[in-house]
Amino acid sequence: MRFSEQFESRFAEMLTHYPTKRSVLVPTLLYAQDESGSLSDEVIKEIAGRLELTELEVRNVISYYSMLTTHPRGKYNVQVCTNIACLLRGADELFEHCEKKFGVKHKGTTADGLFSLEEVECIGACSWAPAVQVNYDFHENLTTEKLDNVLDEYRRK
Amino acid sequence: MADINITVDGRKVTAAQGTLLIEACKSVGIEVPSFCYYPNLSLQGACRMCLVKVEKMPKLQTACTTVISEGMTVTTDSDEIRQARKSMVEMLLGNHPLDCPVCDAGGECELQDMTFSYGAAESKYMEPKNHKDEQQWSPVVYFDRPRCILCYRCVRVCGEAMDVWALGVQNRGVSSIIAPNQEDHLECEECGMCIDICPVGALTSGAYRYKTRPWEMKHVGTICTHCGDGCKTTLGVRRSDTGMEIVRGDNRDKSGINGDFLCIKGRYAFDFAHHDDRITQPLIRKDGRLTPSTWEEASALIGKRFADIRDHQGGQSIGVVGSNRTTNEESYLLQKFARIVLQTNNIDHHRTADFPAFAAGVTGKPESTASMRDVFNAPAMLLIGNNPSEQHPLLAWQIRNNVRLHRARLYVINSQEIKLRRQAANFVPIPEGTEGDVASFLAGDDSAIDTAGNETSDALKPLRDKLRSEQNLVIIFGSEIRGDDISSLVKFGSNIPGSKFICLGDYANSHGAADMGLYPNLLPGYHSISDIGIFHQERGGEIPQTPGLTLPEMVESAKADKLKAFYVVGANPVGRLGLDPFSFSQGFVVVQDMFLTQTAEIADVVLPAANAYEKAGTFTNTCGDLQLLKKAGEVNGTKPDFEMIVRIADAMGFDVRKLVPFGRGTRADMGQSRGAQAGEADRHAVWLEAHGLEPKMSPFDPMAILDEIQRLVPGYDVSRMDLQAGD
Amino acid sequence: MAELVSHPDEVRVVSRRFGQGATNLDRYLELDGYKAVQKALTMQPDAIVNEVKNSGLRGRGGAGFNTGMKWSFVPKQSAKPKYVLCNGDESEPGTCKDRLIFEHDPHAVIEGTVIAGLAVGSHTGYIYIRGEYRYLLEIMQKAIADAYARGFLGKNIFGSGYDFDVYWHGGAGAYEVGEESALMESLEGKRGIPRIRPPFPAVVGLWGGPTVINNAETLASIPHILLGGADWYANLGPPKNGGTRLFCLSGHLKRPGVYELPMGYNLKKMIYDVGGGIPGGRKLKAVVPGGSSTPLMTPDEIDVPMDFDSMMKAGSMLGSGGVVVLDDTTCMVKFALRIMKFYQHESCGWCIPCREGTDWLKKTLIRFHSGGGLKKDIDNILYLSQNMLGRTFCPLGDAAAMPTISIVKKFRQEFEDHLEGQPCAFEKESKIEQLPVLA
Ligand SMILES: Cc1cc2nc3c(=O)[nH]c(=O)nc-3n(C[C@H](O)[C@H](O)[C@H](O)COP(=O)(O)O)c2cc1C
Ligand code: SF4
Ligand code: SF4
Ligand code: SF4
Ligand code: FES
Ligand code: FES
Repeated sequence: MRFSEQFESRFAEMLTHYPTKRSVLVPTLLYAQDESGSLSDEVIKEIAGRLELTELEVRNVISYYSMLTTHPRGKYNVQVCTNIACLLRGADELFEHCEKKFGVKHKGTTADGLFSLEEVECIGACSWAPAVQVNYDFHENLTTEKLDNVLDEYRRK
Repeated sequence: MADINITVDGRKVTAAQGTLLIEACKSVGIEVPSFCYYPNLSLQGACRMCLVKVEKMPKLQTACTTVISEGMTVTTDSDEIRQARKSMVEMLLGNHPLDCPVCDAGGECELQDMTFSYGAAESKYMEPKNHKDEQQWSPVVYFDRPRCILCYRCVRVCGEAMDVWALGVQNRGVSSIIAPNQEDHLECEECGMCIDICPVGALTSGAYRYKTRPWEMKHVGTICTHCGDGCKTTLGVRRSDTGMEIVRGDNRDKSGINGDFLCIKGRYAFDFAHHDDRITQPLIRKDGRLTPSTWEEASALIGKRFADIRDHQGGQSIGVVGSNRTTNEESYLLQKFARIVLQTNNIDHHRTADFPAFAAGVTGKPESTASMRDVFNAPAMLLIGNNPSEQHPLLAWQIRNNVRLHRARLYVINSQEIKLRRQAANFVPIPEGTEGDVASFLAGDDSAIDTAGNETSDALKPLRDKLRSEQNLVIIFGSEIRGDDISSLVKFGSNIPGSKFICLGDYANSHGAADMGLYPNLLPGYHSISDIGIFHQERGGEIPQTPGLTLPEMVESAKADKLKAFYVVGANPVGRLGLDPFSFSQGFVVVQDMFLTQTAEIADVVLPAANAYEKAGTFTNTCGDLQLLKKAGEVNGTKPDFEMIVRIADAMGFDVRKLVPFGRGTRADMGQSRGAQAGEADRHAVWLEAHGLEPKMSPFDPMAILDEIQRLVPGYDVSRMDLQAGD
Repeated sequence: MAELVSHPDEVRVVSRRFGQGATNLDRYLELDGYKAVQKALTMQPDAIVNEVKNSGLRGRGGAGFNTGMKWSFVPKQSAKPKYVLCNGDESEPGTCKDRLIFEHDPHAVIEGTVIAGLAVGSHTGYIYIRGEYRYLLEIMQKAIADAYARGFLGKNIFGSGYDFDVYWHGGAGAYEVGEESALMESLEGKRGIPRIRPPFPAVVGLWGGPTVINNAETLASIPHILLGGADWYANLGPPKNGGTRLFCLSGHLKRPGVYELPMGYNLKKMIYDVGGGIPGGRKLKAVVPGGSSTPLMTPDEIDVPMDFDSMMKAGSMLGSGGVVVLDDTTCMVKFALRIMKFYQHESCGWCIPCREGTDWLKKTLIRFHSGGGLKKDIDNILYLSQNMLGRTFCPLGDAAAMPTISIVKKFRQEFEDHLEGQPCAFEKESKIEQLPVLA
């Protein structure tokens, strides 16, 4: 199992931040997922080994956090907030628009592996609703047209 | 610790500081309902069933997490409280399959009980239930998610109490699910604690599933026969074609030294009892082949041959081998039979720990042996040798949980990285085979461990200092330590105030076999042969004065054609001790066993024996705790060894009253055993038994000889009342 | 990045440095940065605690506990290390204010954390930021590194002889982890299951040590209080409700945005003046005054000062500062369903009433909204919510029950209108898909 140098130096540094090794687990899992797309058995084993945890413990933690996944996602994870503030400003239309556009449902991935779609809870953009997060990027005050432009840019990247 | 006074439902309750409210209530008989609370496991506050009203608190409080404080005023029953509990059950039932009629837990399900108590059966719920198929996780463990109420008892008992940590919780919210360590299956010790502790039928056992319903079984409390720890177990038995079949074992009522603990063997290993290979008829060798026969024919034959050989060749030409798995009464009776009927001291058994040396070491030191209970309460423990997690599961459980719950200090000295090192405050690895040297070292002989290397001695020195500063230390040692090394260890321990010992031996009644005198040179209670004293009088017959042959000596003697008869009761020296089967080709061999063992195969007569689940009597566990066995299972055609010995004596023309003093005791009107007065009869019986006054109606009654044992064997004069109570 | 707005009624305290480039440490110093902590280093711990207590600052995370009072519960002597924990898990629907603080003024959070540490005698602080806010975590990482480089953090801060470390920590998606004890579990690398209380974090918190936990906005307010003085701060708001707070205006408004207004600002004014009122000439139907956990208010209830005590008196709560405005095109059944769907998804699952109650309510509301409702369901929804209230292991259960109860009680007619196959007056069919259960 190989992670990037940046991952390794960050991991090493994080270990110095806490009195217990285990404390680095949640952020480490997210960083590991960023590098390998999802938390495979191999990644779980590696991290469990490093932190002296059982794989069961690591899996239990992964399954608790909604950003962590053991299933590969598309290159761009389109996360449409449909919570109350966004709902009031057209989030449902955005989500349905994405469903049609990608031809997938909640947690589905397009055939080319480029996009995944996810309906998510409030992402802290309520005053700029409706909002969508693509991977970690925020896109706010959206309309279906604006969202199309945003997605096209990702496609071009 | 100071006592705290509180008021519960208008009653004054006093309990020690730090007591949980739920326990304080229980102490005065007020049951607060609970699912997730389980004594001695970590607190959860998850099920919200135990909500009670604590004065001055705006919200209802969980009694299972509230520590009592002075002056606290509590209400455990009111409309608000009942409604809260009712709604919890209703919410649980919302996603519960309600398949009680086919559920293994039906009839002993805590959710059923709670539904009944709070009248939550009326269904408001119309939504589709979340379904998931049942899964088999291991040969033993099955899991049915929809029935699970997420009380997390299984997770905790496996992790905290068993130190296995094979179960976890996966997902969150309503998707939360108990998960096994290998994603879709379990790799674990298969102890079944999780199944046993599950309040509903979510975890079920492969061995018991769908076999029967709780109310179709008879439940008999007896002692596990699988190792020397002597767990109390309640066996569920039911009629079968061949007798009474044992369907399951548990100790839910927590009676006995083991609380609710049982290990994989104790919980599931019953198939041997109803195995197809059980012998169910006496077998007599005819034309070179073992041929089914009758008890009359077999007893007459044995009686005649034994009597002939004794009368013509002398008792010294007969050898007797006893068992680590028969009851104390049987072992006692066997050596008595050998000595006064067969007129021989040629009696031995498969020796495990050096109990005689241990007995010699602690003679004159009262209170120096620790009971299984002491292990759970000792402030400090020293373990040398052995691997209790595998060889003594209950002992390991007691040690682990004493460390966890009482912060006891555990010191481990072992040649292997045994699992209990995880609980150890100090673990010192030593080279294999140096356990005895360590004992000498502890006793003050610094040079004893010179050969073990500097590292070992550097680690042992500070440990010895630390041990010397302990009090009430329980010293537990394996059978690696024998002979003089035991006396060294006892000497070391004697300088530690309040210290006690446990000598570990392997089988269910090894300690008893040793105590009962299955030795050629030792009488019951480790009295030397030369020290016959009161035994003549008790025994109703003369005992030969010379020590007999040990088992290896018997073999030599047989080879030399001096030993003419060999009587083996519940042992398999050919299979276990690698004894040459041809040594006995000339002699007359009688074997009592459950199966046609390698030893039975060379026998002239084989008698079908009942095992310890199929008879009454007592066992002595490795700590020396004396416990009562009750007959639970039965395989038609078999008999207890006790009865067989008596029959043989009878067939030899011996007055069995001199062997088994039956017929004494009080004759009482036992009343009716059925109908409304049945309980009366039971109570009379319990009292009489408890006082040793029960009618001993026949020479087959092992209790008839227990009085004798209790008089003669030091340490056995425990109160019958306590023996009855099972603690 | 999130757009900034302004209104003449605003009183800029926490947002004073927004849009001023204060992520740059030099710029932060120019704008009075790290002056407060240097002042605190000259003060007795008790004096800091008293100053904060007297300022009337109450927790901006939602519960509104007096911050100085909370700090005073931390034992002076402790065998285990003490910790300061900044709660930047911001996940309460309707709330997006901590995000702006991290984006524009990360050093203020660090400074507040150090001051809290000085006040309670701690030497270590953690700043926990929700996983979705990755760009803010990066801003924070840089800010912390910069502060270390100048000797503002680490050994002997500002040459004072006092050591204080601050570390960042990222989450990975879980609303419940915003609950203080669940946050500690998460930081310790575990599932976000709350802890049994008592003991409270101030006595037994992170790794068993006494721990002060505060919301990011609460901590960012601290330096201003120390520099401006308790009286100044207290006088910005009504009695016992000192200072200002960031209100996140969202929903059916002409000018949604995050505004810093004095505590006690009138809700009606907030909606119509600050937020510009309802667009398209439509009418106000309801307001979520403080994040999705707070009971909704109807147009006739909104003439109230937005402070903790007045809102409590008005039958709702000030909550987290998320003001969500609903106009008359909103289906209240659908709104209730969306809220319940959130809580069902975010329930940690530990306790029966929350785990089962939210699932049951969500299912019933789905059926209801898609036209399958029965009259008795309406009472059933109330019955269930009321039986969750006050009986769950942590306040998430209450958070799910309170808005639901208020919606059913205040908009019962809309539920009646959905009965037995009647199409929703606001749309034809439910567009809300059920999240998978028992995954
Ligand atoms: C379910 C739940 C979620 C919470 N989420 C947050 C949160 O995201 N941010 C926050 O600061 N406080 C949150 N809180 C409140 C915290 O438990 C805690 O009261 C707060 O961080 C204390 O800081 P304060 O006194 O400065 O408000 C939440 C509470 C609950 C019950
Ligand atoms: S059988 Fe025993 S070891 Fe296996 S999961 Fe259950 S409790 Fe754990
Ligand atoms: S499987 Fe049984 S013991 Fe385990 S959590 Fe579920 S109900 Fe409780
Ligand atoms: S109320 Fe219970 S289930 Fe819900 S989040 Fe809190 S602890 Fe978890
Ligand atoms: S509700 Fe969508 S970002 Fe808050
Ligand atoms: S028994 Fe108290 S909450 Fe479960």
